[in-house]
Amino acid sequence: MAALRKRARVFTMALGPAIGLSLAFAALLPARAAEGTQVFADPSKIAAIGGSITEIVFALGEQDRLVARDSTSRYPEAALKLPDVGYMRQLSPEGVLSVNPSGILALHGSGPKEAVDVLKKTSIPFIEVPERYDHEGILEKIHIVGKALGADAKADALAAEIDAKLKAAEEQTASIEDRKRVLFVLSMQGGKILASGSDTAADGIIKLSGGVNAIDGFSGYKQLSDEAVITARPDVILMMNNAGPAASDDELFANPSILSTPAGAARKVVRMDGGYLLGFGPRTADVIHDLAASLYGGQAAD
Amino acid sequence: MADQSIAGAGIMATASDGDRSARARVVILLLCLGLAVAVLLSLTSGASDASAIRVVGDWLLGAAPGDEALSARDRLIVYDIRLPRVILGVLIGAALAVSGAVMQGLFRNPLADPGLIGVSAGSSLGAVAVIVLGATVLAPFTAALGTLALPLAAFCGGLATTLVLYQVATRQGRTSVATMLLAGIALAALAIALTGILIFMADDRQLRDLTFWQLGSLAGATWQKIGSVGPIIVLALAAMPFLARCLNALALGEATAGHLGIPVQRLKYTAIVGVSAAVGASVAVSGGIGFVGIVVPHLLRLAIGPDNRYLLPASALLGACLLLLADAVARTIVAPAELPIGIVTAIAGAPFFLWILLRKRGVIDL
Repeated sequence: MAALRKRARVFTMALGPAIGLSLAFAALLPARAAEGTQVFADPSKIAAIGGSITEIVFALGEQDRLVARDSTSRYPEAALKLPDVGYMRQLSPEGVLSVNPSGILALHGSGPKEAVDVLKKTSIPFIEVPERYDHEGILEKIHIVGKALGADAKADALAAEIDAKLKAAEEQTASIEDRKRVLFVLSMQGGKILASGSDTAADGIIKLSGGVNAIDGFSGYKQLSDEAVITARPDVILMMNNAGPAASDDELFANPSILSTPAGAARKVVRMDGGYLLGFGPRTADVIHDLAASLYGGQAAD
Repeated sequence: MADQSIAGAGIMATASDGDRSARARVVILLLCLGLAVAVLLSLTSGASDASAIRVVGDWLLGAAPGDEALSARDRLIVYDIRLPRVILGVLIGAALAVSGAVMQGLFRNPLADPGLIGVSAGSSLGAVAVIVLGATVLAPFTAALGTLALPLAAFCGGLATTLVLYQVATRQGRTSVATMLLAGIALAALAIALTGILIFMADDRQLRDLTFWQLGSLAGATWQKIGSVGPIIVLALAAMPFLARCLNALALGEATAGHLGIPVQRLKYTAIVGVSAAVGASVAVSGGIGFVGIVVPHLLRLAIGPDNRYLLPASALLGACLLLLADAVARTIVAPAELPIGIVTAIAGAPFFLWILLRKRGVIDL
């Protein structure tokens, strides 16, 4: 049995070098793909990743170039006919390659990182479009998408049109003194309220529509305690009406903490399609229009 | 346990042992064939029409004129997407199944599983820490290691959990398996709680990453990852022949095994470190792929009996086969999108396992 004993010792001793070898491999970092492509050499077969990107391509009238979309691209109706390569944060590299794109236009945040790394290794140009939740961010997206597709003139025209629309929409609420406090509720799983803080699309659209985000203590989405909801004193609750089983009004206002806020007392809730509300694309001016009307009614000057 | 024959530890073989081992050899041979088929199937199936056969043909004969670009694309798909996934699937499937079998032998309990002693929870903690703190507290670590920060953190988490456990359960050079089980449950609870704190701190993007990571997937397979976890898993699997004979003896009880000259203490140590290395490495790359560690050894015990000399290699083969097939389904069923593999293993495995249990009800004797 001495042999067995010896062999066991060999294995436990060998584990150290094995881990060392692993660390050595870790040091061999993958080479970064060359970045900086801004124009597709061949913009004839584009895979669009991200709802607002797909919308912009359609708004530019360049939809014939699209060969695929992701699952967040649900507008316009015609986009649904394109093959769906899955959720933008959970892309399968082979799935994206299987539609034979000549270029990939992806909204910032597409992933996972490994999938994007593999896609960047191919000869297919990969352009990442930044995402900012404000007026300028939308125009920037339009310019980048237009440039990539070689449709600069169209993009300039569209950006000018959208710029004017956005300005007009923001103008509606510019003179209002008494700003409404808005609480965006992402979900109400089991009565727990998941709300949006700063640096979120919800925060951006509330500000553009002349409202104040009732939550300012954190960034991103977090669960609120009942007391935090009460302290936030929202005048209006804003919700998406397509995120799973939506909480009904009764369910929402049965929540004691919501009930004790001004929004609860007035039973004031606004519901909108999530892609429309949070997309930050060509339709955002309409969103501002709708949301401002819901918040301020007749006060919002047309 | 009564009819269990122990071989290889200096014990007389019984008459039924001959039939059993012959059957086991046949099963192992079939599993080898099965694995070869599964590998070929995985290499040739996928969302795209890239054909592994054509890639090999182009490599041998040169691409047809005008098809060079297509050939290059297919080469990338086969070599950089499918092949790493297949290798990773084989390694991880084998690691999970063998780890399960070894744990069950060590604890002499068919329900033991690496998840039980906190290895998986410890690994998850390491991985979640990188996902959530990667840009802030752990920035130097992640900057130095890039995409490998997560696998290595998970591996360290699993190993650290196990070593603490081992220290807690060892008194005067003797490890109490019962204490280790209980301590494992406590450590797992602690690791899950710490993971919870991190999840609470995470922003929405990190939460989405976490959700997908916890579902498990082989999608992130890259050559670097194979290089980083491969050696660990291969070494852990190489300890099998030694473990198998000792575990057979251990089935008779610790005292008996000791009298037979089995280095019981060293066996425990080797088994525990090997399992935590293999599982930590697997969890690290592929997230939570459950179910393989319990189901595979169990099915094989029904087929070829409890002799670890056959059970361990057969588990490795069957675990690899099942994971490859599950991954092939995950990659093609909703093409061009992809399902997380953890969903496939559970949806396909759980009902099948229940069915086996119902058929064998009352005759399962482990």
